[in-house]
Amino acid sequence: MASLDDLKKRITSVKSTQKITKAMKMVAAAKLRKAQESAEKGRPYSDKMHNIILNLSKNINDKENAPKLLAGSGKDNVHLCVVMTSDRGLCGGFNSNITKKAKSYFKKILDSGKEIKIVTVGSKGFDQLKRAYKEHIIENISFKESKNVNYFDADKVGKMIIEKFEKGEFDVCTIFFNKFKNVITQIPQEQQIIPLKSEKSDDKNDVMNYEFEPEEDEILNNLLPKNISTQIFKAMLENSASEQGSRMSAMDNATRNAGEMVEKLTIEYNRSRQAAITKELIEIISGAESL
Amino acid sequence: MSDSFNLEIVNPEKLFLSLDNVSEVVVPAFEGDMGILKDHISIISFLKPGIVKVFTGNEVKELYIEDGIIEFSENSLSILTSKIIDIKEIKKDDLSSMINEANEALKDENLDDQKRFIANQKIDVLNRLN
Repeated sequence: MASLDDLKKRITSVKSTQKITKAMKMVAAAKLRKAQESAEKGRPYSDKMHNIILNLSKNINDKENAPKLLAGSGKDNVHLCVVMTSDRGLCGGFNSNITKKAKSYFKKILDSGKEIKIVTVGSKGFDQLKRAYKEHIIENISFKESKNVNYFDADKVGKMIIEKFEKGEFDVCTIFFNKFKNVITQIPQEQQIIPLKSEKSDDKNDVMNYEFEPEEDEILNNLLPKNISTQIFKAMLENSASEQGSRMSAMDNATRNAGEMVEKLTIEYNRSRQAAITKELIEIISGAESL
Repeated sequence: MSDSFNLEIVNPEKLFLSLDNVSEVVVPAFEGDMGILKDHISIISFLKPGIVKVFTGNEVKELYIEDGIIEFSENSLSILTSKIIDIKEIKKDDLSSMINEANEALKDENLDDQKRFIANQKIDVLNRLN
């Protein structure tokens, strides 16, 4: 059995860990509120953008000459995967959930004999993927310096993706991120952004007849690159809300576990203290009796 | 009958402006300025750098816009933009740094015509504000 001193030390150490996790939980909760707010505020933009593109693509008659970002390059040999994770750890299964999802997708693509290229956003994803997929990773972007998610960063990623697409470096682009459902649940998502997957076109509301100025194609050419950045921005916002949510519940669990551990250790400490006292008493009594 | 319609300006971060009593909006559409009144035909267009003028009653609000897409349908106008600033809130320093930025962009030799046009337009508008 551990000595009294050792037990005492362990109790203090667990207690100070508990303090840290508790503080982290509090910080995450505060940040979560902010992240959630900005995720909600960002929604109108991406929704409207989506609507306009939907309307535009329905109005395009000449599918053959549709912009490549919409129709794809006609092949699907090389897949670009953008894996979006956080830059910090200690957030439960947040990062592993995304990489798990991404890895199963990689396997599917590789098994069918196609090629993958990986871009990681956020250093944690890079750390987790570099062991198994090092040769596929072509870029690793991290926004450690920027305090909040901003559109400027998303735009940089978007522009880089489009540049690579125009050079013909890949045919299909998919992004991986965590969708924020609530504090406890975050759902890892894969979303194809190039070519744009048009949702089922049997929408109930009829296609509006719009006037276009300039022509549809020109607007689409202008709009589609922006849409890529917008989708990435949306994913980043969802991700940051998910990260904080995930960290909050992970730290909550850690705090609770530390509490349980302190309780157990305290009982053990008290028992062994009592045992020592009893032992001493027995020694005194039996010593007195022998006289 | 009132002659007003709804206006929503959104940027990626938030809903920038939402009004329901706008009488006229003038936007710098790519092919020339465009004034929009109530019951305009449904239209989708995109913008070049310029000034958006929003008329509400006797008030005029002027906003500097860098790019954007507009959609008008059923008397509601949406403007999506990545950068928009109220002219009253622009500071001189920001203006000159924005002009410098655009000038830098122009130095790129590989710029296509459309991008060059947009950058030139941006400098033009900013210089006028300065």
